[in-house]
Amino acid sequence: MDFSLSMEQEILRNSVRQFAEKEIKPVAAELDEKEEFSYDTMKKMAELGLFGMFVSEKYGGQAMDYVSYIIATEEVARVDQSHAATVAAGNSLGIGPLYYYGNDEQKEKYLPKLCTGEALWGFGLTEPNAGSDAGNTQTTAVLDGDEWVINGSKIFITNASTRITTGITALCRTGTRKDGRPELSCILIESGTPGFEAKEMHGKMMWRASNTSELYFEDCRVPEENLLGERGHGFRQMLETLDGGRLSIGAMGLGGAQACFEMALNYSKERVQFGRPISNFQVNAFKLSDMALEIECARLLLYKACWLRDKGKPFIKEAAMAKLYCSEVMYRCANHAVQLHGGYGLMKEYEVERFYRDQKLLEIGEGTSEVQRIVISRLIGAM
Amino acid sequence: MSASGVKQVPDTETQIRIAPDGQSIVKDDIKWVMNPYDEFGVEEALRIKEKFGGEVTIVSLGPKRVTESIRTALAMGADKGVLINDPSAEDSDALATARALAAVIKDMEYDLIFTGQRGVDDDMGLVGASVAEILGIPQLSVITKVEVSEDGTSVKVERPVEGQTLTIESPLPALITAQKGLNEPRYASLPGIMKAKKKPLEEKTLADLGLDASQFGKEARKLKVLELTPPPQRQAGKIIDGETPEEKAAELARVLHEEAKVI
Repeated sequence: MDFSLSMEQEILRNSVRQFAEKEIKPVAAELDEKEEFSYDTMKKMAELGLFGMFVSEKYGGQAMDYVSYIIATEEVARVDQSHAATVAAGNSLGIGPLYYYGNDEQKEKYLPKLCTGEALWGFGLTEPNAGSDAGNTQTTAVLDGDEWVINGSKIFITNASTRITTGITALCRTGTRKDGRPELSCILIESGTPGFEAKEMHGKMMWRASNTSELYFEDCRVPEENLLGERGHGFRQMLETLDGGRLSIGAMGLGGAQACFEMALNYSKERVQFGRPISNFQVNAFKLSDMALEIECARLLLYKACWLRDKGKPFIKEAAMAKLYCSEVMYRCANHAVQLHGGYGLMKEYEVERFYRDQKLLEIGEGTSEVQRIVISRLIGAM
Repeated sequence: MSASGVKQVPDTETQIRIAPDGQSIVKDDIKWVMNPYDEFGVEEALRIKEKFGGEVTIVSLGPKRVTESIRTALAMGADKGVLINDPSAEDSDALATARALAAVIKDMEYDLIFTGQRGVDDDMGLVGASVAEILGIPQLSVITKVEVSEDGTSVKVERPVEGQTLTIESPLPALITAQKGLNEPRYASLPGIMKAKKKPLEEKTLADLGLDASQFGKEARKLKVLELTPPPQRQAGKIIDGETPEEKAAELARVLHEEAKVI
């Protein structure tokens, strides 16, 4: 067994860490406060090469392995969850489905600009009435001549209404299968198509500097060839996309937990009560050692899931476990970190406050913790 | 063409522990990074290459782990690397290090050599000057601005001195030691990291360079480290009491005069 990372992965981690600390950290609190997506940091992340990480060079990607992609996401998440969300959604949900299921024409048309980060792409899955029950998708696409006519709406879609968003992939009901269940297919819809509107959502508790949208389709017409992959494969494409996406959410939990741990440790060593640093009190030292322990376990699990994926081995169970565990570890680390900061941890002046809010999404987005437990339960044969 | 000397040093955030021998540091769990002053040198070499063309070669002396720092420089955009990796060179002093670097550089075609103005570990600031001396070329130390002439035959540089700026001109080839402020080094981009995998990185021993191993290593040091001691623990500060600013100022003056005895 060899647990060491490759030299490229080490260099990547150093470089992304330096970048995130110098370019993102100074603006993260203000962007969170203003609930604003930054085109400036987006451009800088793009220049560093944080988009198209696992895409082949043919389409302008970096041709890195999944472990590298996850390390980069983890390092951005260690500094700011909103920016990590832009990266994770951009790669796993925006680029991923186009890269894995698109035909050559679609890939050549859309991927190069997505891989340079000049453009972003959304993944329209969740609907007001179809969350965990994604099979119950209500948005319809009806073939009329050589055009799909789309009607319906989507909600909580990341990166879908920025100035540089060039389109979205929407999961649509395209008919009824022989067994009576809905036939689902993914359809590509370019921004600016008449009948398609993407509206930015505000009032978020978390990920406030990431772009989140509601999408509306009203007799929106797109060419028949905008179908992604095969008709009726939408549900499977969506599930596979989420299997990969879960790893990036795991990376956000891991990076966020690491940040909370570092903030808690530094603060506890400096904060003096009863004449000594509070980290010297066993009740606090044990919190810190539990955080270190859980982060170590989370990292091993997440990297193993990525390693399985890179090796072409089954990784669905491990991906679900990693997503579930990393997000719950961040939940506990953020909770301990605020507790150790005492009253100061409740103030925006201390970054730990933002991490405490941001962590909640990880237990909900890309499959709730409950859904992850269902996936695991099925894969271990319990239900 | 330019060469850039790179040293690997402990990350400034690493907690340094003194080894039981009292003369060195514990190296097992250290995170190593490229010396920050060397990064300025690499960046400047890359900027000059982008303007004038040519190649940037990274040269370093050290164990295998130093390849990570060389690969980082290659990922930033340098073209090739040379690592002098020889167990007999371990714990060499600055002069021996300079001899090894100069032995690699002397056989290359070069116009400019960059090194950091000092390593942030030992703070000797000797390697750059020694390399220039061995190669017999001008040395421009502690530089914050570099301007190569349009025809590429000379260089004009700036060095900050006591509230002034000294402007120096020199013919090429020359050696420049980089000071903070020279530039803002770029990050190793992800495409850069992938490209660096395919760039040549040669490893050489002292014998490959025609050097006599007995002039290297701990035994050959001209400077010997007798003892390493941690910096003294910082004493607790003192808060000056007083009702008004005037009272506080008077108390501060008294304390500085009578207790600290600095005024």
